[in-house]
Formats: sequence, C-alpha cells, structure tokens
Amino acid sequence: MDKHAGADQALLSVEDLAVYFPIGGGVFSGRPQMLRAVDGVSLSIKPGESLGLVGESGCGKSTLALSILGLVDATTGRVVLDGKTVGGDTDRRDVARTVQMVFQDPYASLNPRQTVRRTLADPLRLHGVSNAGEVADRVAEMLRQVGLRPDQADLYPHEFSGGQRQRIGIARALILKPKLVICDEPVSALDVSIRAQIINLLLELQAEMGLSYLMISHDLGVVEHMSDRVAVMYLGRIVETGGWREIFEQPRHPYTRALIAAIPDPLTRGLAREKARGEIPSPLNPPPGCTFNPRCPHAIDHCRAAAPMLSAIDDGHLVSCWRADEFATPISA
Amino acid sequence: MKIRANLAIGGGLTVLALAVGIFGPWLAHTDPIMDANLMNAELPPSREFWFGTDQQGRDIWSRVMYGAQISLTVGVVSQLINTAIGTALGVTAGYWGGWWDDFVNGLTNLMLAIPSLIFALAIMAILGPGLTSLLIALGLTNWSYTCRISRAQALAVKSQGYVQAARVLGYGDFRIMFTQILPNTLGPIIVIATLGMGGTILAEAALSFLGLGVRPPSPSWGSMLSDARETITTAPWLSLFPGMAIFLTVLGLNLLGDGLRDILDPQSRSRR
Repeated sequence: MDKHAGADQALLSVEDLAVYFPIGGGVFSGRPQMLRAVDGVSLSIKPGESLGLVGESGCGKSTLALSILGLVDATTGRVVLDGKTVGGDTDRRDVARTVQMVFQDPYASLNPRQTVRRTLADPLRLHGVSNAGEVADRVAEMLRQVGLRPDQADLYPHEFSGGQRQRIGIARALILKPKLVICDEPVSALDVSIRAQIINLLLELQAEMGLSYLMISHDLGVVEHMSDRVAVMYLGRIVETGGWREIFEQPRHPYTRALIAAIPDPLTRGLAREKARGEIPSPLNPPPGCTFNPRCPHAIDHCRAAAPMLSAIDDGHLVSCWRADEFATPISA
Repeated sequence: MKIRANLAIGGGLTVLALAVGIFGPWLAHTDPIMDANLMNAELPPSREFWFGTDQQGRDIWSRVMYGAQISLTVGVVSQLINTAIGTALGVTAGYWGGWWDDFVNGLTNLMLAIPSLIFALAIMAILGPGLTSLLIALGLTNWSYTCRISRAQALAVKSQGYVQAARVLGYGDFRIMFTQILPNTLGPIIVIATLGMGGTILAEAALSFLGLGVRPPSPSWGSMLSDARETITTAPWLSLFPGMAIFLTVLGLNLLGDGLRDILDPQSRSRR
C-alpha cells in the first residue's frame, strides 16, 4: 500500500450507494416488494490499487459492478469516477473510457459472429479513432500485450481455447485504455491449470498500464493473489474491509472467518469451527438485526435485535460486528 | 457434404426460378394472353405444346414462363417486407422489453388471431386489385412468425456476455441491436423468410382466385393453379405444371435457406 501513498485522490469512490429493485407489483398483486441488492455501500479505489470484493452469489457484487459502470441507476448514494458522478447526465462513453470490465464466462462474452479484429476495432472507432492504420496498430499491439499473435486477429472466437478467449476478453476491456477494470470472476470459468496464467497476465498488465482493479470473486484464494485491499460483502452490505494482510491474518467478522476457513488449505485448520450454517437469506426479506445472525456461530441476542454499523477497529480496517473485539486472535500458521 | 448438397440443389433451383422469372418472355413460345384458340383447348402435352394447353387453348409452357415474373415478385418482395417488419418489431421488443414488448406482443397476437388471408383481403378491398396492392397486402400480414422468432432470439442473445460487454463499451441501443443481436438472430429468420416465400406465393394464388390479385388473363402460377381446379381429373396437366413450378421454387428456396444458415453460422462452417 505504501507504493500508492502519493496518490491520495481516489479514482473511484462509491458513496453510500443503494440499489433497490421493485419485485412484483401490478394491478392485482398490490405494492411491489423492494429487493435491496445493494444497501448502503461505500468504498474507494486509488489509482493503481486493487480492491478485492468478496461474497457469495446473490450478495450484490454484480449489481454494485453494474452501477459503477453506469448501467444500473442508484436508488440513493452516488458513484464518483475520476472526479465525475456516474449516471444522470454523464456521457456513457466517458464512463466507458474510464472503466471497463472483464467477464466471467469467456465463451458467452465474445460475439461468435465477429472476428477478434472487429471485437477490438469497433470500440476504437466508436470512441473516435478513425485512422485505419492507427486502429490496426492498436489492435495488433493490444493482442501482443495479452499474449496473442497479431495474425490471430482475423480468427473467430470459437477457434480459440478458453484461456485464449479470456485473453481476448481482457484485450477488449483494455483497448480503450481505461483506468479502472472491473474483473468479475475472471478465472472461475477457466481450467485450474490456466488460472495462474490469466492472474499473472492481469498483474503484468496492471504494472504496465497503471491500472486499478476491482476484483470480484467468491474465491478468496484468487483475491489474495491480486488485491491490495479486500472488502467482504454480505447481503448488499460491506461487513469487513481492510488491507489484505489484516483480512487474511486477522479477520474480525465471523463471515470473513468462515470464508477463510473455506479455503482448502491445511494451515487454516484452526478456523474449522467457524463455518457458516445454512444459506444466504433472501434480500427481499432480510433477517432483523445483523443480517448474518441466522448463520453466525457466535450470534448473541443483541445481534438479533440491532444491526451493527461498519466501524474502524484499526487504521483502514473496518468491521460491522458487535463482537468484533472478541475475535482479535490472529490466524497463525 | 450435406451442407454443400443443400446449397447446390437449393441454389440451383432458385437460380433456375430467377432465370425463368427474368428470361421468361424469351423462353415462351407464344404470347401467354393473346394466343388463345378454343380449337386447341385442353390439349395434353405434345411436341407443339410442351406442357399442353388450358381451357382457352393457351400454351401452358408460355404461361408458366411469364407467370414466374408475378409469382416470384410477389414471393420475394412481400416476404422482404414481412421480414423487415417482423424483425424490426421482434428485435426491439425482445431487447427493450417493457411496454413496447407488451404492445408488440399484443399486435402479434392480433395478427395470429385474424387469418392472414382475411386480413390481406381487407387490405386488398381498400387498395383495389393489382400487383402493388398485392405486394402491400401480403407484405403487411405475414410477419407475426418472424416477429415471434426474432423476439425470442433477441431475448436469448441479450443476456449473453457480449451484449453486456457492448453496453460497457458505450455502444448505443441501435448499435447493439445491429452489430450484436441481429447477426446472432439471422439464422432462424432466413429460414422463416424462405419458408414464408412459398406461403406468400400460395396466398397470391388464393387472392388472384378471388379476383383480388393479379387480374386475369395475366398469368401467375397461383391463378393458373386456381383456374385448373375444375379440370384436375380430366386434364391434370393444367394444374400439374404450375404446381410443379411452385413446388420446385419453394423447395429450392427452403434448401437454399438451410444452406445459407449453415454458412452464416461460423461454428458449423469450421466443423465442415
């Protein structure tokens, strides 16, 4: 984190963002219910920094990503990207040049009817690069940067392997030279043998191009390799955030401890009793008090009565748990 | 191999039909309208009259050659109108959803509930008979299946990652529909369009039969078939040859559509 000490102006800052979706509701079914997909999230990313966003399926990670990209409107709160508020009257193309996304499934995320060249060149032309020679040069250069050969530009996506397709997906995300890249489970659809290659590629590109990453994953193992800071999300809220060292070595929130206990690693045996029970509750009908209490092995009556706030227990380490002080034991190997 | 056979036979038949449509007047032996001679009525195929003659003693070969113009024009042009309407409504409805989707669905249900021929009849009654009104009437009444299919395709395609990626890249709605959704819905639409062409050729026959299509004595395959209805047992060649012309054209169009779909799908192209 020291290497970013000079850059204190945040590239991305999400301020108390909430996104609610009305569910049902019509002429006959009465008032719609509100699905609280994202429910008061604040976070920030500095230039060159990587933030890992961790949580189960359905916890609101993807909705958060979509609202950062300006594709879903905020119910309350706002997203400020490079000094400009996303949404409202901000130009979508300005947002596109600042933030891009790498998708999970490299098979569904490439148009089967477009060659790689078209997939990469069309966005350049859309964003005002009209010189044919410059377009061709930038496409070739981008392919080299992601480890493909420029002469592969005229092939169709189905002619590539899964790992190569993900490289194309990364090239598409970087062709506009964005500052922030949201990686939505960038390796979870890939063979285990290829994951390390893609992770290393993302790290190399980050150093080369000075990128910031928002690394979305349910797999802490991936996040551990790629993140300067980690935010743990549960049912639309951030329950713990801090530097990766604090999160992995001194996790305070029982949910974070459960996630770390779930990493298949002999060294985390000490946390075996930390496992969360049951399934994530419906965001349509969240439990009262702390939303994690039905699954928490340490829940007390107070947890069922009142919701804890996210509060600092250390410099940059925030937890939302009534009993956080009791879980100060570091995890040691 | 199968793909090439489809394409070769379908393409061959379609080219043949188009050639007849374009060069028909030179291939005909006699004038299809004026050379009526009741002394020659209902003669079977012979050296002089290759396809025989009809009730008025006109050479059926010449009438089939001339009829290709009208039948193919009606089939192709009205189906182009249908495909354009159906695809535009279906893709926008599937992509945008919401009230527009509800509206288009309602309209499609309405079109499916009214027999399209009756609807075409009503339009013809307003516009009056003639080739242009025939094209408009058939072009406005047979788009519901294309609309349904393209809407379903657009719904399936829009949830794909590459459509999401295009939005992230700042593409506008119409650019996404044209570059991402349309190319991936084209396969079934081409098949529906070619299948529908046969249907419109037959619908033209029905309208002509009712006196609202091409006016007799102008020849079209459909009206010839309708005229031959009464003599199907005594002089089958009257219906056989225009019927064969329709059959071979529709078969050719279907095979061509099949072959085109295979070619347009890059995945099946590499498997070949």
